[in-house]
Amino acid sequence: MTSIAKPPVRHPGLVRNELGLSVRDYEGSMSTLCAGCGHDSVTAALVQAAWELALPPHRAAKMSGIGCSSKTTAYFMRQSHGFNSVHGRMPSVTTGASAANRDLTYIGISGDGDSLSIGLGQLSHAIRRNVRMLYVIDNNGVYGLTKGQFSASADVGSTSKKGETNVQPPIDPVLLALTLGATFVARSFSGDKAQLVPILKAGLLHNGMALIDVISPCVTFNDHEGSTKSYKFTREHEVEISAADFVPLRREITAPAAEAGVTSVTMHDGSMVRFRQTHDGYDPTSRESAYAHVRACQLRHEVATGLLFIDERGSDMHAMANTVSTPLVDLPYEQLCPGNAALQKLMEKYR
Amino acid sequence: MHVSMPTDVRNPQYYHKVVDCQWACPAHTNVPEYLRLIAQGRFTESYLLNRESNVFPGILGRTCDRPCEPACRRGRIDGKPVAICRLKRVAADLRDDITPYLPTAPTVRNGKRIALVGAGPSALTVANDLLPIGYGVVIHERISRAGGLMRFNIPAFRLPESVLDEETQCIIDMGAEVRYNTPVHSLKALLSEGYDAVFVGSGAPKGKELDIPGRWDDGARGSIHIGIEWLGSVHFGHIEKIGARVLIIGVGNTAMDCCRTSRRLGGIDTKVVARRSRPYFKASPWELDDAEEEGIDIVENHAPKRFVIENGTLVGMEFERLEWSESDGKQVSRVLDTVILPCDEVILAIGQDNAFPWIERDIGIAFDRWEMPVVDRITMQSSLPGVFFGGDAAWGPQNIIWAVEHGHQAAISIHQYCHGASVADRPPQGMHLASTKMGMHSWAYSNDFNPSPRSKMSHTELVERFSKISVEVELGFTPEQTATEVQRCLNCDIETHFTASLCIECDACVDVCPVSCLTIAPPADSEAELRTRLSAPAVNLEQALYLSPALPQTKRLMVKDEDLCLHCGLCAERCPTAAWDMAKFALVLPYAFGSSGINLPATV
Ligand SMILES: Cc1cc2nc3c(=O)[nH]c(=O)nc-3n(C[C@H](O)[C@H](O)[C@H](O)COP(=O)(O)OP(=O)(O)OC[C@H]3O[C@@H](n4cnc5c(N)ncnc54)[C@H](O)[C@@H]3O)c2cc1C
Ligand SMILES: Cc1ncc(C[n+]2csc(CCOP(=O)(O)OP(=O)(O)O)c2C)c(N)n1
Ligand code: SF4
Ligand code: SF4
Ligand code: SF4
Ligand SMILES: [Mg+2]
Repeated sequence: MTSIAKPPVRHPGLVRNELGLSVRDYEGSMSTLCAGCGHDSVTAALVQAAWELALPPHRAAKMSGIGCSSKTTAYFMRQSHGFNSVHGRMPSVTTGASAANRDLTYIGISGDGDSLSIGLGQLSHAIRRNVRMLYVIDNNGVYGLTKGQFSASADVGSTSKKGETNVQPPIDPVLLALTLGATFVARSFSGDKAQLVPILKAGLLHNGMALIDVISPCVTFNDHEGSTKSYKFTREHEVEISAADFVPLRREITAPAAEAGVTSVTMHDGSMVRFRQTHDGYDPTSRESAYAHVRACQLRHEVATGLLFIDERGSDMHAMANTVSTPLVDLPYEQLCPGNAALQKLMEKYR
Repeated sequence: MHVSMPTDVRNPQYYHKVVDCQWACPAHTNVPEYLRLIAQGRFTESYLLNRESNVFPGILGRTCDRPCEPACRRGRIDGKPVAICRLKRVAADLRDDITPYLPTAPTVRNGKRIALVGAGPSALTVANDLLPIGYGVVIHERISRAGGLMRFNIPAFRLPESVLDEETQCIIDMGAEVRYNTPVHSLKALLSEGYDAVFVGSGAPKGKELDIPGRWDDGARGSIHIGIEWLGSVHFGHIEKIGARVLIIGVGNTAMDCCRTSRRLGGIDTKVVARRSRPYFKASPWELDDAEEEGIDIVENHAPKRFVIENGTLVGMEFERLEWSESDGKQVSRVLDTVILPCDEVILAIGQDNAFPWIERDIGIAFDRWEMPVVDRITMQSSLPGVFFGGDAAWGPQNIIWAVEHGHQAAISIHQYCHGASVADRPPQGMHLASTKMGMHSWAYSNDFNPSPRSKMSHTELVERFSKISVEVELGFTPEQTATEVQRCLNCDIETHFTASLCIECDACVDVCPVSCLTIAPPADSEAELRTRLSAPAVNLEQALYLSPALPQTKRLMVKDEDLCLHCGLCAERCPTAAWDMAKFALVLPYAFGSSGINLPATV
């Protein structure tokens, strides 16, 4: 007899966070993805990040579309809310959810197919609205779930498992987000948790949309020679152009603020992201510099990673739309639905 | 050690150490394999596998000191080890007739004759190992039966005579010549009989004295007994009852058997009196539990001062009440006051000494300043080539399983010696390693983790227990208990076997491991440094870290902390390249008759 359920054993040395939860309390059900899929590592990094931040699981909502990547919301934070939407519609559904309840932490998980093909319009407008959410694209260059067709992020010249070459130019979600005015843009790699976990933590606390493009190899359809999204290719071509540490609010900041080569950005809750200089003249607070560097790397066939751009002063959707500060569920009924008289008064304005 | 050196898993000791129970067992019994055989209902095979290494599974399944259980990994997972010893008894109780599978002596002997002194477990093991390869074995035994202390000191309510008879007799029936009622009075004389080698397994037969005032008074002498002698007299029927109020002095294994025997012979108020407090008792916790269940009082921190004799009879014992404290890392005592505990009889159970009045000191056998023979720890040979010691005779009182292991080692030495080979030249241990993968999500072992708590042994009702000394107390596990308890075993012999060249560093194994055993880390300067960088640093540092060769893509290392691995196989299950495999490890032990496995039926 055999089992692949993760046994309910707890490591006697498991550490608990401020909520008294161990990292295993942030897990979900057992993954049904292919063994070795990068998406599972992204899930593990999310579990780690949420545990380290002591995110209350019941105050988070996991949002996704369709794809192997979109399935992963089932594999972490089993006690959280979730919405598995139609293909490509996750950004819009999250926009609506956030409009109704602005106090939840939204964790959107999507794929390069879900976000850059069918969902490109939805993504673009969610960026423009600056919906307050973590937006993770598990980017593997293919439609994994439908057996490995090239996706819109496949590089020109990369080959499929069967050997055909992709000829259409790729959409780079990082460059796209920078052009559309995103206020938090990062790229990372599923095989590098040391980099990914701090970025996810910062993203979870960002005041707006935090878009993170995670190169996440598809071990079954896109991990061969000729792929530019394989474990091997990514390791050989990854260049960390902006190294970020996340310093939570509660930890005392010991390093001098003016340390050479270190830039600090204070998040809206007072925690801090510190950047160690890794690339000559790189400024993660300048959109133009970020765009130029990422584009230059792209031309050199390098994969630029790190927290590439951050702007904590931007307004999020609620600020822009001047909405009520209370989640709609918490509004008194009379205020939420002021009645026919109020409606008639409003309509009067448009006559 | 420089920690970038990859672990050599071809050295049998590496995976052997992962199997905590087998590593801790002096005879290295293959515990997880025999538990799986029990799980499959293959009791006979399970018994035979046991017998190969520990020779007396039925006896040990009831009486073993169980060094395997405190070592068992399951204890580090949920606090309670697998009930290994009890399961051994299940195999022994439920097996079929094993005679067809026992080794037999060849019809043509090899011409060598070996003399054994004593028929205790150590000597019987020597006979067991040498008879099948043609040796003539002559056993000289002081008393009329075989078994040594197992026969005349371990009480029948813990070890039924029938079990002892069967497991000792089957060895003798291989063709040993036993001379009962034949104490050896002179080793010199024995040596002159022309044996090719001699094994001394005469035990540690002398109980320690307590020389305090009153001990030798005429009125008291008859009411004060030496524990092991008293148990012997009870066994032989020379003693059939005891006074109502009995004090047992000492709190080791002998004291436990004395107090429970005393309770059965009329000592309705039996107390065990100890100098130290409970954490320092020599008796095992389960022995104390069993004694207390039978209404025995255990009195701590009392040091004997004198025997109290009134009108020529023993009426009690005076003790100093002690308070212990620590000073310079040592326990020191302070006398609080003195008390008298009334009693009718006293049994002294404060230890055993060796005595070799029958070994002449001028025949080349060196004795140390404690009058103990000088014996080589590995070869069991004394300073007189050809004379070997084992069991309690070698280094003082130990236990049955150590006596058995000494017997195995001495048999190897005797075989080497008789064939002109150096006894120091030990035959090597070996190993088998075979994948258990059967297909997708399918392994040749049950990798399911069973969260059940340890099963409890049920006992015979007190009234029935006290009706006759031979009524066995422990009833053995029920089929339901057996079925659950075998599933608690974590299969520590099914090893996570790694092939570095296959790894693509996807982290799947690291992410899935339920106890965070795995880390992919850059090489480190020292193990201590590396341990700080593990996913979940271990508390128990006894278990090793496995270090892989450099991984193909990043040259980092796969590091596995063996400490808490559940052998659940999830790492291998989630590995896309089968870099991790679950491979069954089997230690191959050398014996005088060959190596493990050769005397087992093919189905094991
Ligand atoms: C009361 C008591 C309870 C115990 N309970 C346990 C237990 O539960 N579990 C456990 O593992 N261990 C237990 N032990 C320890 C265990 O019995 C011994 O460690 C073990 O029997 C030692 O085996 P051995 O082969 O060295 O010799 P022994 O068992 O001591 O046998 C020695 C044999 O040699 C014979 N002999 C001695 N001198 C001569 C001579 N000159 N000539 C001929 N024959 C001689 C003796 O008659 C005896 O038969 C207990 C010991 C005692 C005293
Ligand atoms: C409306 C609609 N169109 C097409 C599909 C088929 N479909 C399912 S998943 C998928 C692509 C998923 O790709 P991606 O988002 O990159 O996820 P991956 O599996 O690679 O992680 C497609 C086209 C669908 N489910 N619904
Ligand atoms: S869990 Fe099983 S194999 Fe592991 S130490 Fe315990 S008994 Fe031995
Ligand atoms: S078998 Fe593998 S996954 Fe399971 S506990 Fe051991 S190392 Fe972890
Ligand atoms: S799952 Fe396999 S390939 Fe992936 S890191 Fe572990 S051993 Fe390497
Ligand atoms: Mg994809």
